[in-house]
Amino acid sequence: MSLDMFLQHLANGISLGGLYALIAIGYTMVYGILRLINFAHGDIFMMSAYMAFYGTSLFALPWYVSFGLAIPLAAILGMVVERVAYRPLRDAPRISALISAIGVSLLLENVGIVAFGGRPKAFPRPSLFAQEWNLGGVRILSLTLFIIVISCVLLVGVFYLVYRTKTGRAMRAVAWDFEVARLMGININQVISLTFAMGSILAAAGSIMWGMKFPQLLPLMGVVPGLKCFIAAVVGGIGSIPGAMLGGFLLGVGEIMIVAFFPELAGFKYAFAYLALILILLLKPTGLLGRVVEEKA
Amino acid sequence: MRKETGRVLTAISLIVLFLLLWWAERHLDPYLRRILNLIAINIIWAVTFTLIYGYTGQFSLGHAGFIAIGAYVTALLTLAPAQKEQSFFLSPCIWPLSTIQWPFLPSLIVAALLAGVLGLLIGIPSLQLRGDYMALVTLGFAEVIRVINMNLQSITNGSLGLKGIPAYTSLFWSWGCAIFTISIVWMLGHSSYGRAFKAIREDEIAAETTGVSIFYHKLMAFTIAALLTGLGGGLFANLISTIDPNLFSFLLSYQVVTIVVLGGVGSITGNVLASIIYVSLFELLRPIDQPMTFGSITIPGCPGMRMVMFSIVFLLVILFYRRGLMGSNEFSWRWLLSKLQPIFRRERQEG
Repeated sequence: MSLDMFLQHLANGISLGGLYALIAIGYTMVYGILRLINFAHGDIFMMSAYMAFYGTSLFALPWYVSFGLAIPLAAILGMVVERVAYRPLRDAPRISALISAIGVSLLLENVGIVAFGGRPKAFPRPSLFAQEWNLGGVRILSLTLFIIVISCVLLVGVFYLVYRTKTGRAMRAVAWDFEVARLMGININQVISLTFAMGSILAAAGSIMWGMKFPQLLPLMGVVPGLKCFIAAVVGGIGSIPGAMLGGFLLGVGEIMIVAFFPELAGFKYAFAYLALILILLLKPTGLLGRVVEEKA
Repeated sequence: MRKETGRVLTAISLIVLFLLLWWAERHLDPYLRRILNLIAINIIWAVTFTLIYGYTGQFSLGHAGFIAIGAYVTALLTLAPAQKEQSFFLSPCIWPLSTIQWPFLPSLIVAALLAGVLGLLIGIPSLQLRGDYMALVTLGFAEVIRVINMNLQSITNGSLGLKGIPAYTSLFWSWGCAIFTISIVWMLGHSSYGRAFKAIREDEIAAETTGVSIFYHKLMAFTIAALLTGLGGGLFANLISTIDPNLFSFLLSYQVVTIVVLGGVGSITGNVLASIIYVSLFELLRPIDQPMTFGSITIPGCPGMRMVMFSIVFLLVILFYRRGLMGSNEFSWRWLLSKLQPIFRRERQEG
């Protein structure tokens, strides 16, 4: 393989990894606070892609307005899901909340099938993102670079919010210990709502870029990226935000590179994430950057 | 009530069920028979899920994988060689499979055994994990099985699937296997193993300190459940006669979870009732997907509306009525007789 080809694959892998990282953060933050696999996260991802799509097609909005509107709508959807399906079960056994998450996910998928139809929709790709740039002999789609830059900006934003602001400190406190955080006067419900909103915003941003990268929308499109990104979060260490980013990038680059080096394994690409998951859980269950999580009562 | 009375009543009701099936097999049209078969198969899956989750407390989302193994094994063993040659046009079927055609019973047994072996192999790593991690890993294994089925072109025919599988599954097969599964799980649940399972479900550490080998019991429940799930999968393939890898996606596992949650976690009676309700409602609600006319207003049909309703019901049950239909209660003759007694007494007084 020539160096050019390798760099091209690397850029592809990093941009895919950036998308994975954006989605994985939503999983890891919710898991850190509620110890819940938010199965509906992948479907919020799907919903926001459709919202952005209908903004441009049905309401004929310019793409930047439509994409900009889809993001807050996704945040609202995430908060509603938390309020309706998870908050009533906060004191129930953990598996009940997990089953509820499966229920929400099923509901969103089926609503998607009814409302959007089972036929794939073509996501718009504005001309800004469709150019081909030549960087020192490496030809790259402008979208790939934009994805890398935008994801990195968003990831830095998350870091700033979580580690440098008062709200972020409250989030970390709640993740550390629910009860003590409440005793310290933190409004738990508000922090959890905010966490869901933040996760959904990142998922929506990720899904819009995903839609431009793979411009085919289907009601079940959120499931596979959703599962992969949860795996990325587990590989990086669930509950840890840097871990989710690392896991996302590793998974993205790994997936692209496997296909690049062993084209005959392309059909098994999807199984790669699961192999990574099974290996990491058996060898280092806390993940690469995770801390030991004791059971929450 | 003496113990023998219960046994006699069970035997009588089994005979009645057998006669009913015999009547149904001869007089009902194929559509209704198919629904009854599907009910029985769903009962098998729900009951095996109860063995893993309801009794042992291990939340597994890997049912679809075991179902797929069972379905593919019986399908490949019972398919006629000519049909295989016709279906496998991308790449021919590998040698021993391409020439054999077995009767139904040995194929089912092999399918169940293979699913059991796979359950053992998957269980060893997954059961080390707890709660939601275990759910995720089993879901992962099931998806890996789906991907493998997609890609082993010369064994499973890839995404083209298999068609023309002989329709061997009759009401006797499906309900026979359902009753077999129920009795196995029931007997396990009421043996010393069952008490160990429930001890693990309630508190692993406490169970371990009283000398229950946690891993051994979990693995046992998981393997038996996988084996019986594979049996159900085999019946399923020879009922619907066309299978492809995407039929056995995570959605099938979710369906099993839905049935179990509706019926009440940990209750075989609940599993049976919920399977009956789920499958029949699914058919009865078919009109919702079609256009409806009320006087002058016509509501256009939207395919998939049924599933939306089912997911809403599923959510409502888990949010507001977590016990489901039966909670963890089981049907018993003692309960039925105690309910009936006042009625009989009143009649006697009146008469």
